[in-house]
Amino acid sequence: MDTDQLIRTLAADNVRARPVGFVLALALLAAAPVSLLMFFTELGVRPDVMTAMRNPFFDLKFAVTLALATSAILVSLHLSRPEASMRGWGWLFMIPAGLLVAGISGEMMMPQRLPMMTRLVGSNSKVCLTAIPAMSLPLLAAALVGLRHGAPTRPALAGAIAGLLSAGLAATFYASHCTDDSPLFVATWYTIATALVTSVGALAGARVLRF
Amino acid sequence: MREREDEWTGLMRSAISGDSAAYHRLLKAVTPVLRAAARRGLARAGQPIDQAEDIVQDILLAVHLKRHTWDAGAPFAPWLFAIARNKLIDALRRRGRRVFVNIDDFAAILPGERAAETASASEVAAQLESLPARQREVLQSIAVESASIKDTAAKYSMSEGAVRVALHRGLASLTARLREQ
Repeated sequence: MDTDQLIRTLAADNVRARPVGFVLALALLAAAPVSLLMFFTELGVRPDVMTAMRNPFFDLKFAVTLALATSAILVSLHLSRPEASMRGWGWLFMIPAGLLVAGISGEMMMPQRLPMMTRLVGSNSKVCLTAIPAMSLPLLAAALVGLRHGAPTRPALAGAIAGLLSAGLAATFYASHCTDDSPLFVATWYTIATALVTSVGALAGARVLRF
Repeated sequence: MREREDEWTGLMRSAISGDSAAYHRLLKAVTPVLRAAARRGLARAGQPIDQAEDIVQDILLAVHLKRHTWDAGAPFAPWLFAIARNKLIDALRRRGRRVFVNIDDFAAILPGERAAETASASEVAAQLESLPARQREVLQSIAVESASIKDTAAKYSMSEGAVRVALHRGLASLTARLREQ
């Protein structure tokens, strides 16, 4: 087939593709029930959630994880365009990080019943490190499906952002189960779990997001 | 150059709002630029430049299948060159060289540098053979026999919608096969 013939064929094909954001949203909505099913069968919301909601450090966990997920969604949609670079977009991730730092400083200034190391180590670190990555996986797969619809010219980076996105959502679910509310715990274990998912995302992205 | 790129952006805007003649003109207009860049990339990598047409076709397919990622408010050329650069690097890598492609390779094509219009490419043609029969027939009918969607539908007693779907799927699977080869 010579190039003129190919061009004629391309011009004849007027099937419109959906925007990447639409496909990403659809894929995430399809995967969320899987992660929620894992959440409700294995973990469940902590029993004292009504009292916990009055604790600002419990609420802060959701602010951090949702800020992470939202930033990652925005950045991943940006990176799904071929000419996109990270310039001017990386600062979005300063929002969840900044919230966490503010939380840690806030907690430092308050009188505490438990020593710092006890708060940091907490009592759920193992669950945290398994539950967040496990619940992330369906969401990560969905995010990669969504981004495949785009044209990311930096597939490993886009995959890593998909990892942040799915870890942010999974951590949001997990936060309602976990009784460790100290920002020190969140900064340590949530971060390790997120880093794990991000690496998986980068490795998978480098393979599946090439176009 | 500036003028040329503005013209491309205008054509692409018409194209995505459904003007397939504008789209055809746009693809025709960018092809010599892509061809010159592909030749230059191959030459720099010490590869035979007669493979340029395969790369051009690969880029055109990607442009087509990813056109929804172009932001109609942005200029078209940077988007096009980003896709072209990505495909060129990919193609050179597949041919066993690690090469860095300068974005200026695309922007700095001189008007006099129009490469020969003759286009011999084998990869798309070879992959075409491996497509499911329906998709192959539809693609060949439109590409080689320059039949319209309507004529193709009549010829294979399909609905026009089915022809459109087969055409689109055929182009998508062609692209997937080219990537995996």
